[in-house]
Amino acid sequence: MSKIIEGLLYSESHEWVKVEDGIAVVGVTDFAQSEMGDITYVDLPSEGDEIKAGEEFGALESVKASSELFSPVSGVVTEVNGELETSPEKVNEDPYGSWIVKLSISDESELSSLLDAAAYAEICR
Amino acid sequence: MEESLKTTCLHGEHLALGAKMSPFAGFDMPIQYSGIIDEHNAVRLHAGMFDVSHMGEIVVNGKDAEAFVNHIFTNDVRELGPGGILYGMMLYPDGGTVDDLLVYKDFDGSYLLVVNAANTEKDYKWILENAAGFDVEVFDDSDSWGQIALQGPEAEDALVRLFGIEELRELEFYTFCDIEDEEGGRIIVSRTGYTGEDGFEIYASPDNITDFWTALLADGVKPCGLGCRDTLRFEAGLPLYGDELSPEISPVMAGLSMFCRLDKPDFIGRDAILRQKSEGVSRKIVGIELKDNAVPRAGYPVELADGTVVGTVTTGYHSISLGKSICFALVDASCAALGTLLCVRIRKRVFPGEVIKKRFYKTNYKK
Repeated sequence: MSKIIEGLLYSESHEWVKVEDGIAVVGVTDFAQSEMGDITYVDLPSEGDEIKAGEEFGALESVKASSELFSPVSGVVTEVNGELETSPEKVNEDPYGSWIVKLSISDESELSSLLDAAAYAEICR
Repeated sequence: MEESLKTTCLHGEHLALGAKMSPFAGFDMPIQYSGIIDEHNAVRLHAGMFDVSHMGEIVVNGKDAEAFVNHIFTNDVRELGPGGILYGMMLYPDGGTVDDLLVYKDFDGSYLLVVNAANTEKDYKWILENAAGFDVEVFDDSDSWGQIALQGPEAEDALVRLFGIEELRELEFYTFCDIEDEEGGRIIVSRTGYTGEDGFEIYASPDNITDFWTALLADGVKPCGLGCRDTLRFEAGLPLYGDELSPEISPVMAGLSMFCRLDKPDFIGRDAILRQKSEGVSRKIVGIELKDNAVPRAGYPVELADGTVVGTVTTGYHSISLGKSICFALVDASCAALGTLLCVRIRKRVFPGEVIKKRFYKTNYKK
């Protein structure tokens, strides 16, 4: 069973979101990384990119396949986790510790359409 | 859909090992067991084994066997002694590729053609269609044989332990020998493979193959799936039918014309190959190395710096053994020279790279 953390918000496309002072910290879930297998590359957006909720903002690559990342909320990229450029395997090792982007949230109301831990657990069944 | 999938004699072993299974060439095949990177590295550094029982085996015998095989095959089997093996292609008259295959010259004068699983039926039909006028018997013997590819620097040791025959070490590259089992059944061992490493392919009855698999597993040989079979052959610069060879991609376009013996009097497709070699071809398969770690995948467009599309990626990976992003691509012949700057469009962005030699990884064959 993959790990799901209480207190985070989740998208149906297997991203997690942690909200800190109007900033959305976004990564992928344990379920997503285990489905992918060994991750060899993380395609990151650039700081300042404006992203809409549901829009593709990057991708994870495993040996065999690529998997697009979709933004759970709309916002502007304030920071990307550059460590993943050289150590993409950190997403496998610690999916909830390895955030991918931080976004300044442009519409807080979008958060209400995301899933809580219990609802996300249903999706992973 | 799934009910129509065929299985190999080792299917139960794959399920017992918890392999991730997927349909391939009409068979339910293992893609990976422990993980593609782990399995890939086992073959490069130690020994791994693959279930390749899905491959097709077509036998040609009869008085005209040599002349007939030479008529449908691009390489020259007149040079083969019994126990010898040649790689080459069967071609359509226009030079397009029917399949790439190994031809084994057997000790009784017959020939064993080992073909891609996805093409077995097509090849068998093609061979029969072209047999008119030759005194030959052709039959599809695929169901009689299971097959294991045992590959890697420690494959020779594992093979010798499996059969208890020290002399197997002497088997030369691209040759084979026969071993008899206790009931007089036939086992073929050839020094061949599809990984760029030293290794062997073992053909035997489904029962024997299951026993060999179990024994090799107990001996510490790592089971490897089709996932790393593709990463290994790709790094070694070897084509996969359907990606780098096809009815639209001739051996000349794929850079494999050394396997087309134009000094032979005739074979199907010879005129086309001769013409392609003298007049040139419009597109070629090249190797491209990207400067970034983004991964080029089959189907992604290849572009010049100004955005002109000049081709398509056919196979690509972030190479496990070389640690860089490389691909094969089919591009306009004008862009195929080594050092040509080409870009690959990956999702929304364009990543620069350049044409390099296709043999990305230095192979370790025992020649």
